[in-house]
Amino acid sequence: MTDLPTRSIDLKNVLSGSAPTADHTEGMSYLQSVPRRIVTLYLPLAIIVIVLLFPFYWMALTSVKPDEQLLDLDRYNPFWTWNPTFKHFHKLLFESYYPHWLWNTMYVAVCATVLSIIASVLAAYAIVRLRYKGANLVGGLIFLAYLVPPSILFIPLATVVFQYGLFDSPLALILTYPTILIPFSTWLLMGYFKTIPFELEECALIDGASRWQILIKIVLPLAIPGLISAFIFCFTLCWNEFIYALTFLQSTSNKTVPVAIVNEFVDGDIYRWGSLMAGALAGSLPLVILYAFFVEHYVSAMTGAVKE
Amino acid sequence: MADVAIPRAKPQMSEDSAWTQLKHNRNWLGFWFMVPAMAFLIFFLAYPLGLGIWLSFTDTRIGRVGHFIATENYEWLWDDSIFWLSVFNTLLYTFVASALKFAIGLYLALLLNENMPFKAMLRAMVLIPFIVPTVLSALAFWWIFDSQFSIISWSLKHLGLINQNINFLGDTTWARICVIFANIWRGVPFVAITLLAGLQTVSPSLYEAATLDGATRWQNFRYITYPLLTPIIAVVMTFSVLFTFTDFQLIWAMTRGGPVNATHLMATLSYQRAIIAGQLGEGAAISSAMIPFLLAAIMVSWFGLQRRKWQQGESND
Repeated sequence: MTDLPTRSIDLKNVLSGSAPTADHTEGMSYLQSVPRRIVTLYLPLAIIVIVLLFPFYWMALTSVKPDEQLLDLDRYNPFWTWNPTFKHFHKLLFESYYPHWLWNTMYVAVCATVLSIIASVLAAYAIVRLRYKGANLVGGLIFLAYLVPPSILFIPLATVVFQYGLFDSPLALILTYPTILIPFSTWLLMGYFKTIPFELEECALIDGASRWQILIKIVLPLAIPGLISAFIFCFTLCWNEFIYALTFLQSTSNKTVPVAIVNEFVDGDIYRWGSLMAGALAGSLPLVILYAFFVEHYVSAMTGAVKE
Repeated sequence: MADVAIPRAKPQMSEDSAWTQLKHNRNWLGFWFMVPAMAFLIFFLAYPLGLGIWLSFTDTRIGRVGHFIATENYEWLWDDSIFWLSVFNTLLYTFVASALKFAIGLYLALLLNENMPFKAMLRAMVLIPFIVPTVLSALAFWWIFDSQFSIISWSLKHLGLINQNINFLGDTTWARICVIFANIWRGVPFVAITLLAGLQTVSPSLYEAATLDGATRWQNFRYITYPLLTPIIAVVMTFSVLFTFTDFQLIWAMTRGGPVNATHLMATLSYQRAIIAGQLGEGAAISSAMIPFLLAAIMVSWFGLQRRKWQQGESND
């Protein structure tokens, strides 16, 4: 509990990257009376927030409820449980491939993200600072690539993956996810690189540094917030990706969490709900925790990509 | 930064061998820097995009090389009522979900822009549905909309509003409402937070001036907020429409296109035909049929961006 105050101060910087005039309503909010504010502001806000968060409450509650309480809605109040159980999590961890799936997801997400960020840093630097012939055109094409959705690519990609002999291997995902991530992170990093003063690079050039040294020693250290944003957002996108993983992976132990839960846990068992929700919760928690630590970076990535 | 030691390059002013040119010419350097990104995008994006269109003109199946059959797949789809149903579903889904996402998202952004206690915390919490993988939250909705043990049916029964459980995902109309609701639930945070970022760039003095001149809250919104927000609305809604139109995972986790194909979108139908039934050619034709709609959305986005630059007085760099 002691760390709560500092935390809320940190969180106050949400959207600070784009908000020179945040908190602007402070000046005029005295014009509204308290009852009016309750009806026009707090009440609708409370309803929306409850609707947005209820599924997670329900997910968490279901995952710790004993089976008999799950299906007997008449004798037990369904909104609470007094005797939580970790049976479902136990089943998940020790009687299924869940740790495998979690590891696969993590492995694929980290590899794909690192690959894409390396490629994007080089591409974004070249487009923004080297300004080679046709750089603007290439920048536009990369933006267009951002708009090509996976649902129209998965069929031809499946044949490509099969031809290259990557079918049912994590490598198939590591190599295809960057097509979703590179356009996004290149576009985001271009925005960050543009804010770095050109004079710094000129000085280094005069001192005889090569472009590569400038990138490694000057541009990258200054663009670290942008790199973190890109990393967090790409990682989340990878974790969330479904259709490629569903199409390219076949064997149970190779699957990623989202695909595995949908395919392996959905059987005819009427008592499946507890472990299903436990699986969904355990699959979401890593991202939520990551998000809690890097909320500003995440938001600036999201809004930055839209604004550029 | 000044203390970073940078080794001096050898002065090679006049020497202009091919190797030096490859190393120092800005166009060649640019090319080398672009190689990794371009390799990924060409091999795994541009090539498959073309291949997909080619596949749609063949009768390829899984494990069998196809032959060119011209537009036969498309002719076949033209007479396929399930395909047209999926087109109708996709348009309905996109239109209703996007419109409501926009309305609720804008409303939520305006609410979050007010000054209140725990503001930052609330903003962070609102975004959680967008962080959690879609499939996993779709499973939670699947459980919430269960035919026998739905918490919604239970609550409504106890409030005395209905007598028997609603068959949420088994009835065609209810199933459509449920998947649209789940999509809105997931999309609203994105729209709200990006519009909130836009709202915060609007100068407060404009509102103060307007209020002094006697403008009502609605007039404040209509004549100040809305016009200044139009460019970002254009971009956000293009993305929203694009991702709603090509949605796959939400439907697949909740209904798999059922009941009686009532929630089949073009993406789920193409997956079913191509991967499950093995008719790669036909599936590719369905997904290629989405391209014209996507192009329309991209045009809107492009014009939205142009207008934004024009409003900011920026040159087209």
